Amino acid sequence: MSRFVRLGETDRPIITVHVDGKPVDALEGDTLMVALLSSGSMLRQSEFGPEKRAGFCLMGACQDCWVWTESGDRLRACSTLAASGQQIVTSQPGASWSNHA
Amino acid sequence: MVEPRIIIVGAGPAGTRAAEACVQAGIRPIVLDEGRRDGGQIYRRQPDNFTRPYAKLYGSEAGRAQALHETFDGLKGKIDYRPETLVWNIAGGQVWTASQTYQDALPYDALLLCTGATDRLMPVKGWQFAGSYSLGGAQVALKSQAVSIGHKVVFMGSGPLLYLVASQYVEAGAHVVAVLDTAPYSARIKALPDLLAVPSVLWNGVALTMKLKRAGVAVYNGIKPMEINGNAAEGVSGIRFRTGAGVEQQVACDAVAMGHHLRPETQLADLARCAFVFDPVTRQWLPERDGDGRSSVAGIYLAGDGAKILGARSAEASGRLGALAALADLGLPVDKGEMASLRGDVGTYAKFARGLAKAFPWPSEQASQLPDDALLCRCEGVTAGDLRAVMRETGAQEANRAKAFSRVGMGRCQGRYCGLAAAELIAAEADIPVEQVGRLRAQAPVKPLTIAIGDDQ
Repeated sequence: MSRFVRLGETDRPIITVHVDGKPVDALEGDTLMVALLSSGSMLRQSEFGPEKRAGFCLMGACQDCWVWTESGDRLRACSTLAASGQQIVTSQPGASWSNHA
Repeated sequence: MVEPRIIIVGAGPAGTRAAEACVQAGIRPIVLDEGRRDGGQIYRRQPDNFTRPYAKLYGSEAGRAQALHETFDGLKGKIDYRPETLVWNIAGGQVWTASQTYQDALPYDALLLCTGATDRLMPVKGWQFAGSYSLGGAQVALKSQAVSIGHKVVFMGSGPLLYLVASQYVEAGAHVVAVLDTAPYSARIKALPDLLAVPSVLWNGVALTMKLKRAGVAVYNGIKPMEINGNAAEGVSGIRFRTGAGVEQQVACDAVAMGHHLRPETQLADLARCAFVFDPVTRQWLPERDGDGRSSVAGIYLAGDGAKILGARSAEASGRLGALAALADLGLPVDKGEMASLRGDVGTYAKFARGLAKAFPWPSEQASQLPDDALLCRCEGVTAGDLRAVMRETGAQEANRAKAFSRVGMGRCQGRYCGLAAAELIAAEADIPVEQVGRLRAQAPVKPLTIAIGDDQ
């Protein structure tokens, strides 16, 4: 189930973003955060606790909404526009260590 | 005469009016803004291909928003506008910027910091669960993306934004379950003399509350948040709180928008070595400035909510006033009468803001009442109990020392969302005034940068 609910502006062209290898439909002008949370309910796994995260401030201040490109570039999902053909991953490529005691 | 180099950080209400004043004086300022578009947060612009009209987006402030945007559009070509550009440090007489993967260092003769604000948060047990958002974030979702943060939304905290965003959600067709205000209604009555300084804004606030009640939204005053219910896999499922009468209640929801008014983004002023002073009304450390916006450092001016939370209308006035002060200090002719009139406007808004702080008090006592297992820092999962243990073991009673030992304030948000609550918790545990705890020192970069960043384009 989606986390976000669209309340208007739905008459925009559909684009397709790939998230963890799976195609996700979004609308042109969506941020990555809205693209991901309009089709799913989570953005990433917290690296310091058991819970999933879905962003917090939406204005580029909290950094809770990081996702990555397949090549490892970090993106703030709240301030990056979704674009056709993007390949997004929701865990940091190459980061396999555990921070848990 | 060589044209003075004026840099303005921020393209919200204060930055826009500052830039306009510079252009009118025949100067082409550099305007650096982190946003993709101008407008700042409160007058944030939607993407180009969205079609909602101003009245729908900005309600009672539609005229002001449109005027501000049109002013900025009219400045294009007359200013050196650099959107999506982060200022990450001020050092060595230069402004250090990063954009995509490029960086730059810009010298200046006058620097106007119009850095805006973020939500002031009081942690609540469970606020790490997905579906918890800042109040300002909830508004950004609606205004700039036309989405609601959830299917059933609760607004919890206090401040004018609580009622504004809740009613914007209702108007847009979102399902708002409840508004849970920590401020008792009696506080609003006591604040009336100050709030009457700007009757139109006071009336807007009253109208919002009436609108919510007409729409059938449950509005509670004087509540105490107990817990955000939920779980690690699915996120928020409800709120447990105590009513003003002391009765425990629960509401089911899948999203909560939280906030207690705002806090200024003062990191750049701090890095520029501006002096700070403690403001007992808001219990925040703020950069010092004179009536025109001059900081304690020559050539650096502070305007808008980034200096002190006085609201968007005040930001327009203080942005222009700060720019005029800078121009006057650079030896350019300015209208002294206009400056006096702008100072009067800012003074009126300051009185109103003092009323708001009284009407919607920051519930500082809630920090010390956080249970040991509640997360205080949601970036790194540090609990209130962890911070208490650090205080016991190390004796740390100063904000930066406690941060070094506990990591509270060291995570991704760099203390923006936990710092004020952590200071209140330390003050209460140590039984000292909160100003004695001090403030988290700003660290460059003020936001995370990518390591791959290279030299200028």
